[in-house]
Amino acid sequence: MLAYIIRRVAQSILVLFVVGLVAFSMFRFVGDPIDNMLGQERTQADIERLREQLGLDQPFVVQYWRFLEQAVQGNFGLSYRQGRPVADILIERLPATLELAFISGLMALIGGIALGIFTAIRRRGLSANIIMTGSLIGVSLPTFLIGILLIYLFSVELGWLPSFGRGEVTDLGWWTTGFLTESGLKALILPAITLGLYQMTLIMRLVRTEMLEVLRMDYIRFARARGIRERAINFRHALKNTLVPVITITGLQLGSIIAFAIITETVFQWPGVGLLFINAIQFVDIPVMAAYLMLISVMFVGINLIVDMLYFAIDPRLRADRTQGGN
Amino acid sequence: MTDSAETRAPAATNRARRIWDSDFVWSFRQTPVAIISFFVVMVLVLAAVVAPLIAPHDPFNPATLNLMNGFTPPGEPNAFTGDQFLLGTDDQGRDVFSTILYGMRISLFVGFAAVMLAMVIGVTLGLLAGYLGGWVESIIMRVADVQLTFPAILVAMLIFGIAKGITPPEYRDQMAIWVLILAIGLSDWVQFARVVRGATLVEKGKEYVQAARLIGRSPFAIMLRHILPNVLNPVLVIATISLALAIIAEATLSFLGVGAPPTKPSLGTLIRIGQEFMFSGEWWILFFPALALLSLALSINLLGDWLRDALNPRLR
Amino acid sequence: MTQTPVLSVRNLVVEIPTRHGVLRPVDHVSYDIHAGEILGVVGESGAGKSMAGNAVIGLLDRPARIASGEILLSGQPIHALKGDTIRRLRGKKMGMIFQDPLTSLNPLLTVGDQLTETILEHLRVGQTEARKRAIAALEEVGIPAAAQRISSYPHEFSGGMRQRVVIALALCAEPDLVIADEPTTALDVSVQAQIVALLKRLCRDRGVAVMLVTHDMGVIAEAADRVAVMYAGRLAELGPVREVLTNARHPYTAGLMASTPLASQGRKRLRQIPGSMPRLGALPSGCAFHPRCEFAQEQCRNEPGPTLDRCDGRAACWFPLTTDQKVSA
Repeated sequence: MLAYIIRRVAQSILVLFVVGLVAFSMFRFVGDPIDNMLGQERTQADIERLREQLGLDQPFVVQYWRFLEQAVQGNFGLSYRQGRPVADILIERLPATLELAFISGLMALIGGIALGIFTAIRRRGLSANIIMTGSLIGVSLPTFLIGILLIYLFSVELGWLPSFGRGEVTDLGWWTTGFLTESGLKALILPAITLGLYQMTLIMRLVRTEMLEVLRMDYIRFARARGIRERAINFRHALKNTLVPVITITGLQLGSIIAFAIITETVFQWPGVGLLFINAIQFVDIPVMAAYLMLISVMFVGINLIVDMLYFAIDPRLRADRTQGGN
Repeated sequence: MTDSAETRAPAATNRARRIWDSDFVWSFRQTPVAIISFFVVMVLVLAAVVAPLIAPHDPFNPATLNLMNGFTPPGEPNAFTGDQFLLGTDDQGRDVFSTILYGMRISLFVGFAAVMLAMVIGVTLGLLAGYLGGWVESIIMRVADVQLTFPAILVAMLIFGIAKGITPPEYRDQMAIWVLILAIGLSDWVQFARVVRGATLVEKGKEYVQAARLIGRSPFAIMLRHILPNVLNPVLVIATISLALAIIAEATLSFLGVGAPPTKPSLGTLIRIGQEFMFSGEWWILFFPALALLSLALSINLLGDWLRDALNPRLR
Repeated sequence: MTQTPVLSVRNLVVEIPTRHGVLRPVDHVSYDIHAGEILGVVGESGAGKSMAGNAVIGLLDRPARIASGEILLSGQPIHALKGDTIRRLRGKKMGMIFQDPLTSLNPLLTVGDQLTETILEHLRVGQTEARKRAIAALEEVGIPAAAQRISSYPHEFSGGMRQRVVIALALCAEPDLVIADEPTTALDVSVQAQIVALLKRLCRDRGVAVMLVTHDMGVIAEAADRVAVMYAGRLAELGPVREVLTNARHPYTAGLMASTPLASQGRKRLRQIPGSMPRLGALPSGCAFHPRCEFAQEQCRNEPGPTLDRCDGRAACWFPLTTDQKVSA
């Protein structure tokens, strides 16, 4: 098992290096790297200093290494568009995205698992069919369309909820939160639903499929043959076995929430890192793009690793030493 | 014991009869959702293909546009010029119906082209990885793994951003469609490669491949003419699903502003434009393109969903 | 045998409606099993023997259903019972053992958990008592160090041990009837004999009636008291094991015996019955076996379904084999 962990960690580091390479290449070769690092307001002295610092005449690998050094310290240069250090901008906007991702993730998980179990147990009921059809629509519609639909219904027509922005936020030092104000919470609702709906339908369908699959297994049949009650079968036998693969896939989905936040943030003009990234692409603001890329990869890789370890902890079959297999 | 007249029945109708009676087609006939979706998709695709013929106006020819026509509601005559437009006009006086037709054209074109690209790249790399093994396989699969850590849409955005950075500004609008195809295609090849590699590994061990090797055929010929036809089956299933996803990806990217430009808008771009006018009362600029995209996305997905169930032997 | 049989199956018919028509995997099958008796149900794959067992325990998968006939458990009709009523009988009055011990056990629950939950469900005992009984059950089926193994997971046992656990599970609520569906097929040959012996001993000791479903004639010869031979959903022959094995009356049974290597037959050449068992959707007219039968006559082809009660009560055949008739070697 230890060997497995080491292998996974090595794999993750490899991914980070590759992504770092891509980010670095963007910096170095797309547009002028000096421009990229210094923004538009700079002096000749700045240029000279940076030229030396970057060592633009040095071999590729050296430059790459220096870039990584800087990156690890959080120095991604200045935003071409805003002229401020990229790291500052990212930290400023991160709480918005994280809060959004957290709420929608929670909603997706709870709603998804509950509905998934329900539609698996009550396979042929009318409500199950309605939910399933609804879920099909939820999966087929592009996220941004759902967002626009929600805005149209709740902002334009009903006027209940705001259609853009984060509302009032409370400043807690290095974190800003929208949880503590009414307008903050209100502003959170529509974006959270938009972001979470897709994930929820995905999780729901996954749980349902897995559970139906599990309910077809021989050990369920055997449990029935021993006269175990349906309730115990569903919740003691089937659920545990269903959740194991669901947890892994859901965990991996967590990463994509952060990516899909880009879309939601754009629809609602939510001031998070996703919107920042899109604006960066439109303005070809390389430092921001590269920084976002690295930030996201660290998150993804980290999440994947944690989920893998979690899987290990849950499934006793994997815990057994590899050499003991096949007794 | 069969009547000789019966045995002389034409073989073609027998074949058609057999296909009609087959489980697959029967399942289709039994599922109203599948029939309706198929019909809708066909209508939309047809409309898009013949767009130049049926669109009442050419929305992208500046010469035919009249700014005074802007903001005309659907079906009502314009206050200034008296022109009528089926679904109204947008802020620049473009006929919404026509823009939708052309927009759908672009959406479908990009979708198809992107999937084709992804398929070609993925199948080729999959064949190479599966057949040649060794370091070729390792490299291809490593790259695939790295790319798979990230959601496809993010990869597509990134590629688009980089390509945009490399293109000089005056060409950006023109190149946008091609960059979009490249971006979506490159973000999607991995699943094809994986499936094809797996299938190739299976076929590789079979006797007809050994025989071809013994005869002395080049690896290239073996891969192309012997293995390829046998691994295409799962590829087609994935391709249909990919198509739906590609169309949605294109719409999303265009909506975000990193896709089809306003000068050659796809449905996503139109929705982006329309969103600005949501609050000011010109609802039709948003509504109709959204409706078109909704119908397209929904019916393709429903069709694809049915297809997957119909082709899945385990669900019988 | 004047006491009521534990299991009485009377003219059971199981149907499966399909797109192409209605199939009958079980077609007017009748047999009784008494306490302490082992009835072997033998036949090829698809002959319907497992279906009958599923019907008895009430676990037919949709769309299969019991179309007609009766199933009596200790005299009480159970074929029409649904829901909780029949659930309470399962485990408590009748148990079932499946073929593959690996997939029969929930991989994420310990063996002890699965045992205690069954015991708690059916017997009026507390947690501690249930646990004691669980350990006792494991000991009875021959699991060493039962008190420790009770906290083990299924994958930590070998194949043969797992099947013992399965047997323990099926018997722990003390049923009167056990249906064993191919209990040895997934096991190593060396282990098969042990499992068969275990089953035999436990059931004899407790007076449990056993329906032993298998395609392996050797197992039948070893364990069964009586044997029911099934073909294409119908009963071909039913009688005491020694009798049927040495003097088969139905040509199919005789063919089966001739093609099975049994120690008692010495070094005779094995014979194959030509052709194969017809699919349920394509049954021949009259007797289902006639196209492959070397003794077939006009009546076999034309007259619909010979059944046990319309013939001599032992073989469903218009012209059962006499003791001097043998299938050609």
